[in-house]
Amino acid sequence: MTSAAGVIVTLRGVGREYAGGVTALRDVDLDIHRGELVAIVGPSGSGKTTMLNMMGTLDRPSSGQVVIDGFDVAELSDRELSALRARQIGFVFQHFHLAPGVSVLDNVSDGLLYTGVRLRERRERAEAALRLVGLGHRLTHRPHELSGGERQRTAIARAVVGEPALLLADEPTGALDSQSGEGVMRLLLDLNNFGTTVVVITHEPAVASHLARHVSMLDGHVVGDQTVAMT
Amino acid sequence: MASSPRPGRLNPRDLVRLGGYGLRARPLRVVLSALGIAIGIAAMAAVVGISASGRASLDRLLDSLGTNLLTAGPGQTLFGESATLPNESVAMVRRMGQVESVTAIGLLPEARVYRTDKIPAPQSGGIGTYAVRTDLLDTVGGKVTSGTWLNDATGHYPAVVLGARTAQVLGLRTVSRDVQIWLGGRWFTVAGILDPVPLAPELDLGALIGWPAAQRYLGFDGNITTLYLRANPDAVQTARGLLARTVNPAQPNEVDVSRPSDALAAQAAAETTFTGLLLGLGAVALLVGGIGVANTMVISVLERRAEIGLRRSLGATRGHIRIQFLTESLLLSVFGGSTGILLGSGVTAVYATVRGWPTVVPAWVIAGGIAAALIIGAVAGLYPAVRAARLAPTEALAAA
Repeated sequence: MTSAAGVIVTLRGVGREYAGGVTALRDVDLDIHRGELVAIVGPSGSGKTTMLNMMGTLDRPSSGQVVIDGFDVAELSDRELSALRARQIGFVFQHFHLAPGVSVLDNVSDGLLYTGVRLRERRERAEAALRLVGLGHRLTHRPHELSGGERQRTAIARAVVGEPALLLADEPTGALDSQSGEGVMRLLLDLNNFGTTVVVITHEPAVASHLARHVSMLDGHVVGDQTVAMT
Repeated sequence: MASSPRPGRLNPRDLVRLGGYGLRARPLRVVLSALGIAIGIAAMAAVVGISASGRASLDRLLDSLGTNLLTAGPGQTLFGESATLPNESVAMVRRMGQVESVTAIGLLPEARVYRTDKIPAPQSGGIGTYAVRTDLLDTVGGKVTSGTWLNDATGHYPAVVLGARTAQVLGLRTVSRDVQIWLGGRWFTVAGILDPVPLAPELDLGALIGWPAAQRYLGFDGNITTLYLRANPDAVQTARGLLARTVNPAQPNEVDVSRPSDALAAQAAAETTFTGLLLGLGAVALLVGGIGVANTMVISVLERRAEIGLRRSLGATRGHIRIQFLTESLLLSVFGGSTGILLGSGVTAVYATVRGWPTVVPAWVIAGGIAAALIIGAVAGLYPAVRAARLAPTEALAAA
C-alpha cells in the first residue's frame, strides 16, 4: 500500500441501514488509491449502489467513517459535500441523464455549472472534453440525435470536464449494446491512464474483466478484493 | 486537512438558462399554464385599459366642450306647476361679471313636427320645437353637420335646423335645397342638421326655429324654458351660486341650475363601479392561473427527480436546486404575465378604436401586471422548489 496521501477513498467500518431495518452495507473497510481502476462487482441487491453513493458523498453512513480526498464526510455540511462533488467527483450513470433539448456542448458544460466557472470557460472546457471522448463533431447535436454509445460518451465528458480526482460509474454499459459498451470501457481505461481514479460498478463479468482490481460484494459485505494482472 | 470546499454561485444568466431548460423541455404544458396567468392579467389589463381609455375620451370631450356651460330652467312652483323664466332674465344674466355668453330657448309644446302633412297627428315622434337665438350654437358648442345654422335672416322665416336624432327620426341625412317638414301646421324649410350636442342632449331631438319666426308664425309667447350660459372657467362655481337669484330674484328656489359636464362625469364615475367588479373577476382568473402554475411546478418536480439527482451529483446544493425551480416558476409566470399584458392592451386597442376612443394603457398597469405575475410565480413556485431541494440525492437518482 502507498502512503495515506495517495489514498482517495477510505471506508472504515461503514454500515448503512435504511428506515425499516433494511441493511445495505455492513462493516465495510476499503481503501482506493489515486490512479486506481476498480470494479465493484456483485449481484443486484449486494450493496454496490450504496457503496457508490457513499464514495460519491450522495449519502452518509449510518455507522463508520468515510473519507474522500482527505475530507471526512461526517464533518462536512450538505453544502460542503455538494462543493466537494462539484470539484472532485464525477458520476456516470447507466441511463446517461442528459438534458433533452439541450445541445451536447451545453450538457457537458453543465458539468462545471456548480463550480463557479464562467459560461465561456465552461463551454471551452466542455468542447475540449468532448474532443477527448471523440465527439468533437457532435457539439451542437441534441441528445436524441445521438446513439446510445455517443450519449454515454457525452455523459462521461460531463463527468470529467471538471477534471475530478475520482470518477464513479454505475453500470456505465448497462444500457448499451456490447460494441458501444466496449467503446465506453476503452474510454474509461484511457481516462484512467491520464491519471483519473475510476471506480466502475457492474454485475457483468465481461465489463469487470477490463479492470485490474475487483471488489466483490454480497449482502452488504465486501467478500473479495483481488488485483488481477492485466494483459 | 485542506480547508472545506465551498460551493460556487450561480449567476443570474445561468439561472435564466437553467429555468429555460425546464420550460423548453415541456413547451405545451408551459404554454397552457402560462395561458392561465395570461388570461387573468389580460382581463385586468383590459378592464383598466378600457376604463382609462373611456376616461381619456371623456376628458378629451370635456376639453373640447368645456366644463363651463351652465343651464338654468324654470323648474316648478311651490304648487307643482311648471314655472317660466321672466323674459328679462337673459339680459340680467348677461350683466353677471362671470358670464361670457348667454342664450335661451323656448319650447313650443303645441308645435308638433312631421315629415309631411300626410302623417297622422299622433305620430309626432316626440320631437320638440324650440324657439332659439342665433347665438345658441356657439354657447352650447354645437356643430352643423349639413346645411347652415340659423342667421338673422333665416331666423325670421319658416326655416328650421334639426337636431341629430330628429333628422334620423324624419329620415333626413343631408339638407338639399328644398326639403320641407310639416311643423306646427305649416311647412318649414330645413336649413341645417346638427351633430349630437353632448352638453345639451335635449337639442338632439329638437327642431330649432328662429325666435322671431316662432313669434310670427306659431304664436310663441316668448317664455324661456332653458337658459344656456358660458361662465368664465375660473368662476364657474361663483356663477352657479349666483345664477338662480339673478334669473328669478323673486323665486330663486324655483330655478333649476345644472352643469351638464357634471352629468357626463357622473356617468363615467358610474362605469368605474363596473370596473371594480370586473377587476375582481380578473383577480379570480389570476388566482386560478397561479394555482395552475403551482400544479405544473409540483408535477414538474415529481417528473424531474432524476434531473434533480443528477444535478446534486454534479455538485448542486439544495439552494441551487431551490433557486432553479423558483426561477423556472418565475419565468413561467412572467411569460404568462407579459402575454397577458399584450393581450389586454390588444383588447383595449380594439375596443377603444371601435368606440372611437384614444387607446390608453397606463404604465402602472404594465408594471403592476408584471409585478403580480412575479408574486404569483414566487408563491406558486416556492413550495415545489422547497420540495425539490429537500429531495435526497440518492432518492432522486433511484427514481430514474
